Amino acid sequence: MNKVVKNVEEALHGIEDNMTIMLGGFGLCGIPENSINGLIKKGVKNLTCISNNAGVDDFGIGLLLKTRQVKKMIASYVGENAEFERQLLSGELDVELIPQGTLATRCMATGYGMPAIYTPAGVGTEVAEGKETRIFDGKTYLMEMAFKSDFAIVKAWKGDTHGNLIFRATSRNFNPLMAMAGKITIVEVEELVPAGDLDPDMIHTPGIYVNRIFQGKDYEKRIEQITITQK
Amino acid sequence: MLDKYGIAKRIAKELKDGFYVNLGIGIPTLVANYVPEDVEVILQSENGLLGIGPFPFEDDVDADLINAGKQTVTTTKGSSFFDSAMSFGMIRSQRVNLTVLGAMEVSQNGDIANWKIPGKMVKGMGGAMDLVASAENIIVAMMHSNKAGESKILKSCSLPLTGVACVKKVVTELAVLEIKDGKFHLIERAPGVSVEEIISKTEGELVVPDFVPEMEI
Repeated sequence: MNKVVKNVEEALHGIEDNMTIMLGGFGLCGIPENSINGLIKKGVKNLTCISNNAGVDDFGIGLLLKTRQVKKMIASYVGENAEFERQLLSGELDVELIPQGTLATRCMATGYGMPAIYTPAGVGTEVAEGKETRIFDGKTYLMEMAFKSDFAIVKAWKGDTHGNLIFRATSRNFNPLMAMAGKITIVEVEELVPAGDLDPDMIHTPGIYVNRIFQGKDYEKRIEQITITQK
Repeated sequence: MLDKYGIAKRIAKELKDGFYVNLGIGIPTLVANYVPEDVEVILQSENGLLGIGPFPFEDDVDADLINAGKQTVTTTKGSSFFDSAMSFGMIRSQRVNLTVLGAMEVSQNGDIANWKIPGKMVKGMGGAMDLVASAENIIVAMMHSNKAGESKILKSCSLPLTGVACVKKVVTELAVLEIKDGKFHLIERAPGVSVEEIISKTEGELVVPDFVPEMEI
C-alpha cells in the first residue's frame, strides 16, 4: 500500500503530450506548486488543463501558459491573468469556461462513479448550448458529464504513506474533488507522515483515491491579494 | 445619490437574523461592514468557508485562508471549511438564504449579465451562474447607468446572460427596484434623487407608484 514516490520527477512519470490534467487549487491557494514546476521542466505540450483558475502571469498555471504548454484550458474564472486573456482573445488558446459549481460537481461525479449530473447553473445561457436538458418539478436542469482526465495533480497539507490526505483551511477547495477524479492521482504534501500517524476520523480524502504521493518542498504559497486590518 | 458605501448600507438592511449570506466581489463585499447590531448573519465564501471574519492583522496573514475574491481573511467563531462541491451543494439546495452580487446589466424579467463582454473582456462566470440559478433571494448591487450614461436597467440584456429570470431586487445609486411580473417596480429613491431622474435613467419598463419614499440609510 505504499504510495510514496521519491520526488516530483517520479511522480509525474507517464504524463505525455496531449493529455488531460486536473490541477487543484483556487486562485493560488492550495495549488500543487512543485508539480507545476515539474511539468515545466518536463516540457510536455498540448495539455488540456482542468482547473478553477489559470494562475497569475508569473505563478501557478500562468507559468505553463507562458511556456505555451497548454492547448486548452477548462476553468470557471480567469480574470487575474493578462497573458491568459491575451492568448484567449487572439485565439491561440482554446478555452472552455464553465460554472464553478458545475466544475466541482463534475469532478465529484467522477469520483463517485456517476456518469453525469443535473444542475440549474447555466440554463438559458450560452453554457447550455448543445446540452441535454431535463425538467424536474417544473425547473429546467442541464445534464453535465463527469470529467475524464488522464492525471489529477493536487496539493494537501498532510498525507500519509497510504495516501490518506488532510487539507488545511480554504486550500481544500477543489483538491479533494480532483483527487477523486484522476485516472491516476498525484499528490504533493507539505508534510508526509507514516501510515498510522493521522487520525482516521480527520481524513478528508481516503488513500484509495491516491496513486502517488510525495513530500513537496520550498513552498512559496504566494498570496494574490494581501488584505489586512490595521492594528 | 448614493456612493458604493451607501448602496452596501442599504442592502445591509435586507439582512435578517440567522441568514447565511453569499456576498459577491466589489460593492457586495462592503455589505459585511454594515450588518445591523441586532442581526447575526454567517457569510459564505464559495471557495469553502462558512463564517468569514475581518481581514487579518499583518502578523496573522495566512496564505491558506482566503475569500472568493482571493483576499486574505480570518474566520469567525463557529466557522467551518469544506470543499467546493459541498460549497455549491449548500448553494444549490438553497441553504444559503441570500445572494448579493454585482451586474453589468439587468432586465425587467430578472435576467442578469455579468461575466463576459464579447471580444473585449472574458473573465469567466466563477460561481455566479450557480448562485443565480439556485438562490431564492438575489439582490443585485449595481450602477444605474454606465460611464457613457446609458441605462443598465434594461428591457432585455444585450450581453451574454449569467442567469434567466432570477433577480428579485436591484439596489443602485439612485433607487431600490423590485422585479415582478416582467417589470421593474420603483420602491425607494436615494436621498436627493427625483423620481423623474430615475425614470429617465431606466430603459426597462418601470412601474412608479404615486408615492415613492426616500431610502432610510
